[in-house]
Amino acid sequence: MTADATTAPTSLDDVAHDPGVAKPDPILVVDDMRKRFGGVVAVDVDRVEIQRGAITALIGPNGAGKTTFFNLLTGFDRPDAGHSRLDGHSIDRKSPHTLARLGMVRTFQLTKALSKLTVIENMKLGAVGQRGEHFWQSLASPLWRGQERAIEERADALLARFKLDHMREEFAGTLSGGQRKLLEMARALMTEPRLVMLDEPMAGVNPALTQSLLEHVKNLRDEGITVVFVEHDMDVVRDISQWVVVMAEGRIIAEGPHESIGANRAVIDAYLGAHHDAPLDLAEEEEWLEEEA
Amino acid sequence: MPVIAAIDWGLVLDQTIQAGLGVDAVVFALAAIGLNVHFGYSGLLNFGQVGFMAMGAYGVGLGITLWNLNPYLSLLVGVGFAIVLALLLGVPTLRLRADYLAIVTIAAAEIIRIIARSTAMRPITRGAEGLNEFAGDFYALNPFNPSISYGIGPLQYRGNFFFIILVGWIITLLTVLFVWQLMRSPWGRVVKAIREDEDAARALGKNAYWYKMQALIIGGVIGGVAGMVQVIAKATVQPDTFVPPITFFIWTVLILGGVGKTFSPVVGSIIFWGLLAFTENMIRQLVFEGFIPSTIMDANQVGQVRFMLVGIGLAMLMIFRPQGIFGSREEMALDDR
Amino acid sequence: MTAGRFPTPTLGRSVGVALLVLMTLLGLAAPALAQEGEAVTTTLTYRDPETNDRVPVSNVTISVSTEDGEVLGEGVTDEDGSILVPVEGAGRYVLTLDPDTLPEGVSLTDPDRTTATVEAEVGQTVRAIFGLTFGEGGPAREGITLRQVLQLTVEGLKLGLFLGMAAIGLSLIFGTTGLVNFAHGEMVTWGMLTAYFFNFFGLAGAFGFLAGLPPPLGGGVNLIIAALFAVVIGAGTGWLVDAWIFAPLRRRGTSLISQLVITIGLSILLRYIFLYIFGGNNRFFRDYTAQTAMKIGLVEITPKDLITAIISILVLVAVGVLLQGTKLGKAMRAVADNRDLAESSGIDVQRVIRLVWTFGGALAGLGGVFIGLSEQVSWLIGFRILLLIFAGVVLGGLGTAYGALVGSLLVGIGIQVSTLFIPIELKNVGALAVLALVLVIRPQGILGRAERVG
Repeated sequence: MTADATTAPTSLDDVAHDPGVAKPDPILVVDDMRKRFGGVVAVDVDRVEIQRGAITALIGPNGAGKTTFFNLLTGFDRPDAGHSRLDGHSIDRKSPHTLARLGMVRTFQLTKALSKLTVIENMKLGAVGQRGEHFWQSLASPLWRGQERAIEERADALLARFKLDHMREEFAGTLSGGQRKLLEMARALMTEPRLVMLDEPMAGVNPALTQSLLEHVKNLRDEGITVVFVEHDMDVVRDISQWVVVMAEGRIIAEGPHESIGANRAVIDAYLGAHHDAPLDLAEEEEWLEEEA
Repeated sequence: MPVIAAIDWGLVLDQTIQAGLGVDAVVFALAAIGLNVHFGYSGLLNFGQVGFMAMGAYGVGLGITLWNLNPYLSLLVGVGFAIVLALLLGVPTLRLRADYLAIVTIAAAEIIRIIARSTAMRPITRGAEGLNEFAGDFYALNPFNPSISYGIGPLQYRGNFFFIILVGWIITLLTVLFVWQLMRSPWGRVVKAIREDEDAARALGKNAYWYKMQALIIGGVIGGVAGMVQVIAKATVQPDTFVPPITFFIWTVLILGGVGKTFSPVVGSIIFWGLLAFTENMIRQLVFEGFIPSTIMDANQVGQVRFMLVGIGLAMLMIFRPQGIFGSREEMALDDR
Repeated sequence: MTAGRFPTPTLGRSVGVALLVLMTLLGLAAPALAQEGEAVTTTLTYRDPETNDRVPVSNVTISVSTEDGEVLGEGVTDEDGSILVPVEGAGRYVLTLDPDTLPEGVSLTDPDRTTATVEAEVGQTVRAIFGLTFGEGGPAREGITLRQVLQLTVEGLKLGLFLGMAAIGLSLIFGTTGLVNFAHGEMVTWGMLTAYFFNFFGLAGAFGFLAGLPPPLGGGVNLIIAALFAVVIGAGTGWLVDAWIFAPLRRRGTSLISQLVITIGLSILLRYIFLYIFGGNNRFFRDYTAQTAMKIGLVEITPKDLITAIISILVLVAVGVLLQGTKLGKAMRAVADNRDLAESSGIDVQRVIRLVWTFGGALAGLGGVFIGLSEQVSWLIGFRILLLIFAGVVLGGLGTAYGALVGSLLVGIGIQVSTLFIPIELKNVGALAVLALVLVIRPQGILGRAERVG
């Protein structure tokens, strides 16, 4: 992939546990980003940095603005104000396809398998810089056949890794929900990304598949790809993330490793103040149950 | 059964075959291929295909009558006109929900017709009367003898007409090949992906807006070619031949053959015109022979029944066989739009 | 049938009536009307600047020719300023006024416009209009007066109100189901034609054996009653169309695009059924057809236009109250706003959609009656105004009821006032061009909320 797999991510150990804190080697930096819908402030982020080569979890109660923030970062929505930089280069007002070509690829909360394309076609679609995607060149097969073959080999390798190779020729619409999640992730990797943004990758996936998905995400990090993901399940967050960013009411209210987050007063308030759908840890869950009883 | 005996089935059959392979079938096959590029492959809701036909038709007509170009250049003018229309339609709408394109295309097609027939444009378009002195340049290219009939069986055409129909079908087959090549290429993969889910394609680095624009242009130009074939065959460009129901005929042709399949517009068009000619001839004979009393239907109303059949046929196809007559249900079931 | 969920007796009855009429129209031919020869006519008048009265202009030479320039007849206007020249066959005819024969002090408002082109339908007498001014007429632009602007604004308002009634239904159906109903124009025509039918024949027009019974069974009724029938039948039709066609399709999960194509099929089918039965001629209702305009301030308006405009406003206000104040209206808006949310908060979405169709049908029907009264009754009117309705709905914001109304009013006024600057035959083009422009600048429409588009 893009980075050398042996490069260990620079440590986050020395980083303070404050919202907006600076990281040693940020790949993505966001400044003063705001978005309103009607009169409601959906996103109001002063600063956040995403550490290169790490897995960062973005959590927060429902309606905290996580998905909107994702949309703003990936160009699917335009912020009212604010700046973001990818590897030091401004990516303000860049469209999603430009960002994808720059190495920042995303998945969606509701999986977007392209139903009437086969699994292998879904995969091949992901490759960027295809000659045959230009209108005039597409008319002459010899111009793109060689590249197509190389893309297909890469796609087949990824399909094997994600254990989808047996579904190669099936329409993506016939896949199960979990298989679609796998396909979407594999397809995203076809773009050879530096930064992968996963919007609730585990939502609606059965527990057996969750484990395999988690392994795939960890593998990405081992290959040197930076991962940001939105998640509700705290077990997942604990399992794979090195850093957690907490959003509430559009703001970033806390940052730090997951151990520091459970104890954070602001986070607990945010979750209790809103519709919390998951307790933060076991002790807290028991505490809540006692209160209800 | 006296009813069955009263009908001259030989005549009905002849006319069915003639219609199924005639000029209308060529024109609608081409227009539907264009629409297939729009709707079938790219998911663009174009309800103004007749507008592209009109642009092609007026382009070729004006190229000869107004700018005195040679026939080949004037064909290029027709193509240019279709491209201009595609750009005008696409720029405001292709970033929006699909419905907006539907509304704007149907409106644009009517605008073109109204402007073309307006008094203000009379010096250029000759208003409702239309352009008439241009087809001769094309017939001059005809290698066949205009005064001899060519063809096999019931398909007998005078030289000029035979020439146009022959050229028309050759163009149609070449266009089918062109679309086939386009859609099996990575380019086709991208537009199909955009049809399925635009955001997914964008997230994978595809400029959905630009691809939709290209698809709109390509399908529009094919529609323009359909318009050119039509007006050259009929030797007249009349604004009122480009009315909105034509677009809906094209839709019916496309859905009949099966949306998103390379050859289906051609099959759909042949069946569509064959069926129309068949029923119309049969009803006409029944009216003529008095089996249908004139209080219920007179000769004028037979033509209206044709439109009703198209309308109900379109609705019924969509309800009961959305995959077309030859399509498979399985693939249709994947449609989660 | 699921009528049990709608216990209201009027609704049940209306469905029955709608069914009867539908079957009748499909099965039996409506009585043919006498066809007369075609003619073109015009009446020359100018407005006296002092008394503000219309003064007829006699002894002006008018010639009539075909579009190709073949002269068919020539004559001078009578003492009422009128002239009628018979022509043969439907088609477009050109009337030419000889400006030299105008009396002293009277001139053409636009000196360049010495001809007027009209289109005669079969059996129709068609009226051409020449603008005359007392004093020297200038080029069109200088001829714009406050009075003209006001007059056209009032006419535009009237058109906008009628469009608005149809547009609200279209917009609410879109809002609640996501479906763009291309057959909505035919619902307008349907209202117009059922009113015409009851106005002239009563039910006996369909069921011959009823002849001799008192109206509305045996004969025509006054247009007001006929209009009420039309509205009820329109409501019933809306109900039926949803119950029989679109509700089952929604249950089957038919895609919106397929449903949209189905509405197109329906619109073609209905339009040509209308043509088949009603014929291609434009006709008038039996009542309130010829009226002289009243002067209100600077503006002229016929009583029927004034009254229908007032009724439209009342109806639209009632719709507003319904949407804003009643539980049902709130449910409608909630479904239009966010269908899933509405469903999860216990609203019976399917019932709301059914009612939206019913209201949409009734409003479209009433709009149709008013348009027929204001202009003419025609099989094609629905399709002609469909694009204007779309323009209004998109302008105001797809899916919002108030937006549809505001958009329609703007489209109506825009169309009429634009005739000051552009030829009348191109007036609708202007409206549609504005539509495209709005999509570029503000795709969500005037009252629409900024949606997260791409």
